[in-house]
Amino acid sequence: MVLVEKVKGALRLAGADPCALALGLTPGMTLADARARLPEVHAVPYDPAADAALTARVLEDFGRFSPMAALDPPHGLVLDVTGCAHLFGGEDGLLRAVRTRAGRLGLQMRAGLARTPQTARALARFGPGGIAAPGQDRVTARRLPVEALEAGPAGTQALRRAGLTSVGAVDDRPRPALAARFGADFPTRLDRLLGLEDVRITPVRPPAPIVVDRVLAEPVTDGAAVQAVTDDLLVEAMARLEARLQGGRAFRLGVFRVDGEVRRIAVGTARPSRDARAVSRLFRERLAALSRPLDPGFGLDHFRMEVVEVQDLAPVQPAFDAAPNADLAQAEALDALIDRLGARLGPGAVLRVRPVASHLPERACRLDPACRGGSGDDWPARDPGEPPLRPLHLFDRPQPIEAIALAPDGPPARFRWRRVTHQVTRAEGPERIEGEWWRRPGRPARDYYRVEDADGRRFWLFRAGRFGEEPAPRWYVHGLFP
Amino acid sequence: MSTPLSLATLRTRLAALDAPPGGGVVRRVPLGLAAADRRLGGGLKVPALHEVHAASAVQAPAAAGFALGLALRASDRTLVWITEGRGAHEAGGLYGPGLHEWGLAPQDLLLVRAPDAAAVLAAGEEALKSGAAGTVVMSAWGEARAFTLTATRRLALAAAEGGAAALLVRAAAVPAPGAAETRWSVRAAPSAELEARAPGRPAFAATLTRSRAGVPPEEWIMEWDRDARVFVEPQASGGLVSLPAQRPAGARNGPDRRSRAA
Repeated sequence: MVLVEKVKGALRLAGADPCALALGLTPGMTLADARARLPEVHAVPYDPAADAALTARVLEDFGRFSPMAALDPPHGLVLDVTGCAHLFGGEDGLLRAVRTRAGRLGLQMRAGLARTPQTARALARFGPGGIAAPGQDRVTARRLPVEALEAGPAGTQALRRAGLTSVGAVDDRPRPALAARFGADFPTRLDRLLGLEDVRITPVRPPAPIVVDRVLAEPVTDGAAVQAVTDDLLVEAMARLEARLQGGRAFRLGVFRVDGEVRRIAVGTARPSRDARAVSRLFRERLAALSRPLDPGFGLDHFRMEVVEVQDLAPVQPAFDAAPNADLAQAEALDALIDRLGARLGPGAVLRVRPVASHLPERACRLDPACRGGSGDDWPARDPGEPPLRPLHLFDRPQPIEAIALAPDGPPARFRWRRVTHQVTRAEGPERIEGEWWRRPGRPARDYYRVEDADGRRFWLFRAGRFGEEPAPRWYVHGLFP
Repeated sequence: MSTPLSLATLRTRLAALDAPPGGGVVRRVPLGLAAADRRLGGGLKVPALHEVHAASAVQAPAAAGFALGLALRASDRTLVWITEGRGAHEAGGLYGPGLHEWGLAPQDLLLVRAPDAAAVLAAGEEALKSGAAGTVVMSAWGEARAFTLTATRRLALAAAEGGAAALLVRAAAVPAPGAAETRWSVRAAPSAELEARAPGRPAFAATLTRSRAGVPPEEWIMEWDRDARVFVEPQASGGLVSLPAQRPAGARNGPDRRSRAA
């Protein structure tokens, strides 16, 4: 089977499977040539997007080996396994685990393990793969062909013409001469390849301060087991937080499915927490409220709890005799409630009302997620003895009405809204509110009226524009008083 | 056993059954309106569930205002107000400056938006049980199958557990049997006119339609005094009788016109 791609008007092979390769079909060959050699070749259009999606999925899944994982184009992954190998029984064991995993996902793979990412990459792509023995990185890299330097087709050809066929031969040349011939960054690339210079990889997801993993021998499928593992992970994460005198503000649960699918579920708390039971409740709420429920498929075999955000939290000594502080307990109960409702309905659904210094009614307040905290707002003072001057309910968009006023600039005598005519018996106004010209120039001023109809229902109406000006003034209902 | 003794025993037992399971104290919150408080035996029972219905769909703002008044009477601790998404299309969304003008300190308000009636009830139960809220107001629009006897019973139990007042505000819904302590039907009443025909303090016609304590149905007209945070008798000038809009011009200057202190 081969993958074909249109290059400059001709269908060329973008990739070939091992069987086709063995029969002499190589990438870059035109499809016509390939068909001439092998009439029964099965050609499939090349889909780079699907390729990228698969690589990204594998990257997520290989996060199980190390949290520091990044893409290594083309079609490669690089993992920083510092301090991870012993979990898999040493570097040999790790490499074997990676191979098994890739095989199970149906991938052909080559792997190299070395002290620096560049050496490992060259080892996997241009060398025999395997592990560079400790301290032997330079020796191993020197044996690789010059292609490993990735100097491009012209550069590689130039190196070969000069009789330099291995990295070792290039290494023996003086660096300034190489820099003069192949560019200033060539010696750096060479040093990196030889493991003389170490560059860390940039992981796709920055590793969390605290990561706790649980790999299950037998995949689980039911919700109770997921919850049990989550609780278990949380207990361990909290113990580590306690040792650091910290509490977590944001937690993320990674669930790895046997077939490589990864789901991440996050919850946040209003104040730093080390309470495993409280956070476990949040996860239960969140798991129950997922818009796309967790699909265990053929089973979940790896769980990871990350404490994404930490904050200092002094240890608390629970008092035996002191009377509990009622105010503090109240505030903590409220924060816990905000967290729970936020986990269930989404943090954007649990809100606090904050004032905004604006005369425009629709901008005079805003709704902030309650989990952000904050207080001490200044609301304008109420005028004693007055009835409420602002409505309890406000329409996001003022609704147009038909109104008849006795005087051109007076309150309406009668208006029609939602197919019902209201006779105005009481009215107060106008309260003129000018548009914010620095924000949206050209908006007409609004004259607001508090009116009451014959049934006692109270409305907040306004007239946009002035009488005698173009466009003609229009009436709207903006809010409803109780 | 003599009869008086067994009666006393029965009373104790009944009182024990009536007490909230959380072991909290049952309070009576006076509305401020003497006539209503007398009928209610001192005021609204807290913790308990009270239902406030809008007399008709268009009276939803009046029901919300009345419920907010009750909430402010019941407690000055945090008020959790859970709204259903749909109500915002019909009657607009709750407006911060309006809440503040009504007498509420907006810092004390936690606003929760729930997608449907079932979520409103679940969030309400959670908030009531948490013990963090003094009052939990749940407002829902329209008929919903979620408001069953069981659901209201759960709310009542949660209210007792958390020692909070639970207020269920419904508009465009027919009252169904429930576990509410009282049920009110509310509509706006014409306010007492201020100087220059300005609308006065918000007035309600609130009807007690059902009471577990067996108080007969009765309607009261009351005004909300946001400065004292209390329901009061309507002003002497009346305003209870809606005046026709097209009355003779001279009538506006009649003796019944109340003027504001300058």
